[in-house]
Amino acid sequence: MRVIDRSFGIFTLAMAIPTFTIIGGSWGSDPLVSPFTVGLLGKYLCYAILALSIDLVWGYMGVLSLGHGAFFALGGYAFGMYLMRQIGGQGVYGDAVLPDFMVFIGWETLPWHWRGSEMFPVALGLVILAPGALALIFGWTAFRSRVSGVYFSIMSQALTYALMLAFYLNNLGFGGNNGFTDFKTILGVDVRSTFMVAALFGVSALLLWLAVLAARFLVASRLGLAMVAIRDNEERARFAGYKVENVKVAVFTFSAILAGLGGALYAPQAGIINPSVFAPVFSIEMVVCVALGGRGTMYGAILGAFLVSFAKSRLSTAAPDLWPFFLGALFILVTIFGQGGVLRWLKSLVGLFKSSRSSGAKGGYDPA
Amino acid sequence: MRSLARLINVFLSLSLFFGLVLGSLGLLGELKAARSDDSPVDPPMVTTGEASTAEGAITEVVSNPESPMESPMESPTELSPAVLESLASSKVADRDVAIQALGRDDSDLAGVLLEGLLKGRLYLDRPSGALYLGETSNLALTWPNNGPLKPANPRKVAVNNRQRETIESLLGTRSLRDPDPKVRRAVSRALIGAPLTNSSLIQEFLSQETDAETKDNLKIILALGTLKDPNQNPAAKLTAINDLSGLYAPAATDDLKALAQGSDPSLATAAAQALRRLEAKAQHLALAETIFFGLSLGSVLVLIAIGLAITFGVMGVINMAHGEMAMLGAYTVWGLQTLWPQSPGLALIMALPAAFLVSGLVGGAIEMTIIRPLYQRPLETLLATFGLSLILQQAVRKGVSSMNVAVVTPAFMSGQWRLTANLSVTQGRVLIFFFCLLVFALVYLVLRKTRLGLEIRAVTQNRGMARALGVPSRRVDTLTFALGSGVAGVSGVALSQLTNVGPNLGQDYIVDSFMVVVFGGVGNLWGTLVGGLIIGLANKFLEPINGAMLAKITIMVGVILFIQRNPLGLFPQRGRVASF
Repeated sequence: MRVIDRSFGIFTLAMAIPTFTIIGGSWGSDPLVSPFTVGLLGKYLCYAILALSIDLVWGYMGVLSLGHGAFFALGGYAFGMYLMRQIGGQGVYGDAVLPDFMVFIGWETLPWHWRGSEMFPVALGLVILAPGALALIFGWTAFRSRVSGVYFSIMSQALTYALMLAFYLNNLGFGGNNGFTDFKTILGVDVRSTFMVAALFGVSALLLWLAVLAARFLVASRLGLAMVAIRDNEERARFAGYKVENVKVAVFTFSAILAGLGGALYAPQAGIINPSVFAPVFSIEMVVCVALGGRGTMYGAILGAFLVSFAKSRLSTAAPDLWPFFLGALFILVTIFGQGGVLRWLKSLVGLFKSSRSSGAKGGYDPA
Repeated sequence: MRSLARLINVFLSLSLFFGLVLGSLGLLGELKAARSDDSPVDPPMVTTGEASTAEGAITEVVSNPESPMESPMESPTELSPAVLESLASSKVADRDVAIQALGRDDSDLAGVLLEGLLKGRLYLDRPSGALYLGETSNLALTWPNNGPLKPANPRKVAVNNRQRETIESLLGTRSLRDPDPKVRRAVSRALIGAPLTNSSLIQEFLSQETDAETKDNLKIILALGTLKDPNQNPAAKLTAINDLSGLYAPAATDDLKALAQGSDPSLATAAAQALRRLEAKAQHLALAETIFFGLSLGSVLVLIAIGLAITFGVMGVINMAHGEMAMLGAYTVWGLQTLWPQSPGLALIMALPAAFLVSGLVGGAIEMTIIRPLYQRPLETLLATFGLSLILQQAVRKGVSSMNVAVVTPAFMSGQWRLTANLSVTQGRVLIFFFCLLVFALVYLVLRKTRLGLEIRAVTQNRGMARALGVPSRRVDTLTFALGSGVAGVSGVALSQLTNVGPNLGQDYIVDSFMVVVFGGVGNLWGTLVGGLIIGLANKFLEPINGAMLAKITIMVGVILFIQRNPLGLFPQRGRVASF
């Protein structure tokens, strides 16, 4: 596979044109695109980054993580700490150092794990470090003892469930039930200003583009070949001399960091980060996005994330009672009938027009 | 390691045997209780004398003068005029004497009078000296029988707060005469904290009492009275401390502490010793309680996980809608109780087979439509069944209600069982524990001893070979899944008695039950049983340290780490079957 081929070109164009249009359109006194819409689309981009990170481990390595939302949430919380510290004296209680929720539960000093969180570089470091370290430890212990398949899925789900319970605790110092919210500034710029909304959106789009590029580099590399070998037959890959555990840990950690970065951009754009992001349902929803779009394709994951998020925001406002039925039916239909996902249908549609060139099984993932 | 496993096996078989016996006894009891529940007069939630708390029992006795002391009119008693005189006196001290005299009097009339005094319903007619009960407008002649029917100048006999307290305690003491040992037990338990008003009377009851627990309580009451009394000499107090030695009396803690720091050296050492014994006993009781609650939680986890052990452990199908099968079972209880509101106990019993059928049928349908196309792709099964669970939850939300529904707990589930004098447990939890063992035994027998079980194991171990030998593998798949789902439904019936029944019931347990199955070792029923009980016990032992939430997190992380070290769980399957 070539890293930069025609599909990547199409993807770049498909990303760049709407992005620049939206950023351009959000300016002026009477903008074409309202800041609300820009923020919403920015949130979708973050979901897409998470879906891409899931696709990387599931679609290319056969490791289904039902706890990727945990890494996403950790990234969000890590950056959220910075955002909370930026509020400073503008909070309800007006404490220059302590975030409101700490004052509320009667804390007087900043706990140790909040040290340095007011510095932007530290926050960025934490965004990468927190999910990365968790994935490294969890992946290392799990893969080394050959926990795989459904066991790994259940373990990862238990991980995010345990973290959700933990983050609900007030004593952990992460705001308990309510999480972080009411953000004011990033680097001194108002979070709600047109500039910051557009900037966050732009950074999200750029990160997604870079993530796809990096993932393509990864998949095209020797490591990528090992990933696919593991996916298709783990035992054979191991007997062929590959260190399956090391490959899995490395890719899993990379994927978690990617998810964490997505989460870090999600927190300021959503305006809130709370333990519900740790809920197993959220992670599974993102996995279904990947399945819907078509796994093992990268673009499919992104497409799926956008389709599901869009359907969710439309349907859950128009008919909130119907949304769970729709989502549930989507889960079932996609898994039973939707082999290859939307992307494959699109491909076969395109294939109808130029039947001479498409010659069957090329790329994509054929589930065993 | 092997011998340890064998030991555990033997232990479990034994407990299983006893469980079966006790469980069937419990079931018999349930049936009996259900039959008695049928009388529509009896409101289901009203518990029997034993079930109600000690305070409840005592107020019941007090507020209901007819039942313990029947028809006061018919028993003409010699109430001495002196008592009456002092009752009519304007001096508080005189009335004290009268109250004490009434307290000493065994007659029903004295009880009625005390009762009337306490409630301010007792009136004295000055000129005639007759007593009346009721309101000023409507007074009934109480004593003597030949008194004037209409009082000429009735005046309320007033009592102050201290006297009221004394009367309450005297009335309580009087109920110690009740022929029902349950009432006597409840009353004596309630009297432990109250001030001792009449020690000679208690002494008298003690000499006549036959019930062991009531006796103990009376001894504690007497000893406490002595300890509290500043007029008692150290020798008497020493005797009281010695009397307490064999008994468990947390109420004595404060008095003992005071004595332990007192000036009398021999008394202080005795008190300190008694305190230590008391603390040791309290610790033992706390331990027993923790074990009981741990086993109870464990049995609930095992109940839900047994179904999962079949679908996931035996078939290898990940059914994320498993919790919803339990939820359907719980809603079956609600449905049947709504159908037969007059007999919730019977409805609960009938819900067992009904829930098995409902969840089993739904499970069979799920297997045929959703699971069958996905047998080769376990990860996809997970997603599809998760979608199904969303649909089922929402269907219940729309079809029934998004709120929790009210499921009645019949009397035989809500009562208390006193294991020892100081340890009582909820009947329902005990029954559910044995019910769990019963379900486990039944599932085990089905898998080991029936044709279906043989076919299930054959298909699991080698599908191709089983089919070649004429096992209808598809039908076996459907039946296995239906069996697992049905057992989940039955577990939902048990859950309906312990937690709220709502659309989220299943979701709350799904992660836990998967943990139990994986922890115990997939494909091993014994592992599920042991794993569930261990997790339940560990949870309850951790809870006092850091709170329920952190205990749960600790367990979760602990199981995750355990699985990392032992990927196949507590009881790994060995051999060819194991590779999956």
